[in-house]
Amino acid sequence: MSPSDAHFSPKASRRILGPVFGVACFLATMTGVVFLSILLGAVLRAASQGATLAETFDLLGRLARSTRSRDPDLAGFKAGIAGSLWLLGLVFALAIPVGVGAAVFLEEYMPPGRLRRVIQMNIANLAAVPSIVYGILGLAVFVRGLGSSRLAMGSALIAGGLTLALLVLPVVVIATQEALRTVPSSLRQAAMALGATKWQVIRDHVFPSALPGVLTGAILSLSRAIGETAPLLMVGAAATKVPTGLKDRFTALPVEIYKYASEANPKFQVVAAGGILLLLALLLTMNATAIIIRNRYGRSARG
Amino acid sequence: MSPIMPEVKAVPNVSSGGAEPLPAGTDVPSTAVLSTRDLNVWYGISLALRDITIAIPRNQITALIGPSGCGKSTLLRCFNRMNDLIPSARMTGEITFEGLDLNSAETDPVSLRRRIGMVFQKPNPFPKSIYQNVAWGARINGYRGDMDELVERSLRRAALWDEVKDKLNKSGLDLSGGQQQRLCIARTLAVDPEVILMDEPCSALDPISTARVEDLMDDLKSEYTIVIVTHNMQQARRTSDMTACLMLDDGAQHGHRTGIIAEFSPTDRLFTNPKDPRTEAYITGRIG
Repeated sequence: MSPSDAHFSPKASRRILGPVFGVACFLATMTGVVFLSILLGAVLRAASQGATLAETFDLLGRLARSTRSRDPDLAGFKAGIAGSLWLLGLVFALAIPVGVGAAVFLEEYMPPGRLRRVIQMNIANLAAVPSIVYGILGLAVFVRGLGSSRLAMGSALIAGGLTLALLVLPVVVIATQEALRTVPSSLRQAAMALGATKWQVIRDHVFPSALPGVLTGAILSLSRAIGETAPLLMVGAAATKVPTGLKDRFTALPVEIYKYASEANPKFQVVAAGGILLLLALLLTMNATAIIIRNRYGRSARG
Repeated sequence: MSPIMPEVKAVPNVSSGGAEPLPAGTDVPSTAVLSTRDLNVWYGISLALRDITIAIPRNQITALIGPSGCGKSTLLRCFNRMNDLIPSARMTGEITFEGLDLNSAETDPVSLRRRIGMVFQKPNPFPKSIYQNVAWGARINGYRGDMDELVERSLRRAALWDEVKDKLNKSGLDLSGGQQQRLCIARTLAVDPEVILMDEPCSALDPISTARVEDLMDDLKSEYTIVIVTHNMQQARRTSDMTACLMLDDGAQHGHRTGIIAEFSPTDRLFTNPKDPRTEAYITGRIG
């Protein structure tokens, strides 16, 4: 015992509290994992009805190939899958460029001040607006054209795409802004000091450095868009056929799941469960692709 | 690229202390590349630099020393208008580069910064290959010569070529700190500047890397004019020809820190026979 030990008497609890905190955090992590497993298990069981894995795959294949029907044995999600893929492409093409552009303007061009704070706060609030409200907005502005018959698009694919694009726009803006903020100012200064214009700095340094973060935001927002049901019900996604163009009526995978699930015939529950599996598969494929792309970009930005 | 140099206005009073005319031999007024006269720099309502009058001689190394917070870096950043990036910063008074009024709205900071390069305190290579680090600045400035040749020449000039010639495609971030700083110098040289501003370029480096950078500076001054901010008085003494000692103004508004030039003299003289008592106190370690 050293002489200075007389001045220090640490609480005995400090050695216990660390592990306790660690266990608490572990349990918090497990909450998500456990409930996800329960959900997956329940859906799998509902879809397979005790059949083998191969039979379940057969069922999913059949569901993916056939369109909506009143007969549970003939019913499927072909129109919904096609509609969701269309919507995905539309949201990507509409929301990502606009959202990234807005974020670049706010972070790189707009001088800090009251106006920027107000805009910033509004975007944050928009991200928290319930999706049904966007549905009402889409219905009024896109479907009905604010009452003007020339502007009204009807319940067309483009109206659904625009509505979902608006819905995820704040998420894209906020995620991109976060990504841009992580680019160190020393990088910007180094580039400016060589006689680069702002545009050259953003194009060659800021944007490549922020790209992984921007892509993460894009993935999150697309995942949100593909799972949305309420706004699509609002804009009238109720078609039963595969859309072939932007002006066609459409439906989406989650909308069809919702409709099948509310049918009285219990055999439709199997169909709905199969639809959920298809939706999950679509989501996972999409996220995996996006992560692969992101990792590739992340590497090349360094090299 | 350099225009025919217009007559640089004579700067009669280089030491803001007032008394000392420049010694024979340094011949500053006729060869001044950068000069300021009664330059004031403000950050919002706070005066950061007051009445700065200084003339940076061509092809020499000028050191800016002084205690923390006295505005050395601020002054350095006036020369390439990097203070423009701080929205609240503004300056009054005269500041000229080869006769060009730097404080004029017509002066384009973008083209100015190619002519006045800057090396930062912390090595900040781009997260790109060594080759791209050097080539980028030249490319965005529309360099039309042989890029491979320029990259090699710049890296040789920065005494880095032999260490990196076999790994030009490796990331600049994989180099050691000292190598990164020389890469930053090579990147600056590649756009063919006339002046190189260095903001404490060695403060993040070990003594051996520091010595290499100092050797390099000595080597470069035959072609470039160098202004270096340093906290290290020994470094100022070893490397520079002229030294400006900045001090905090005792008469500054309460709560604000305003820098002034206490003394601007040839380095030998400033360190052996300082005219200003504050300079003497600083270099002997009594203040700062």
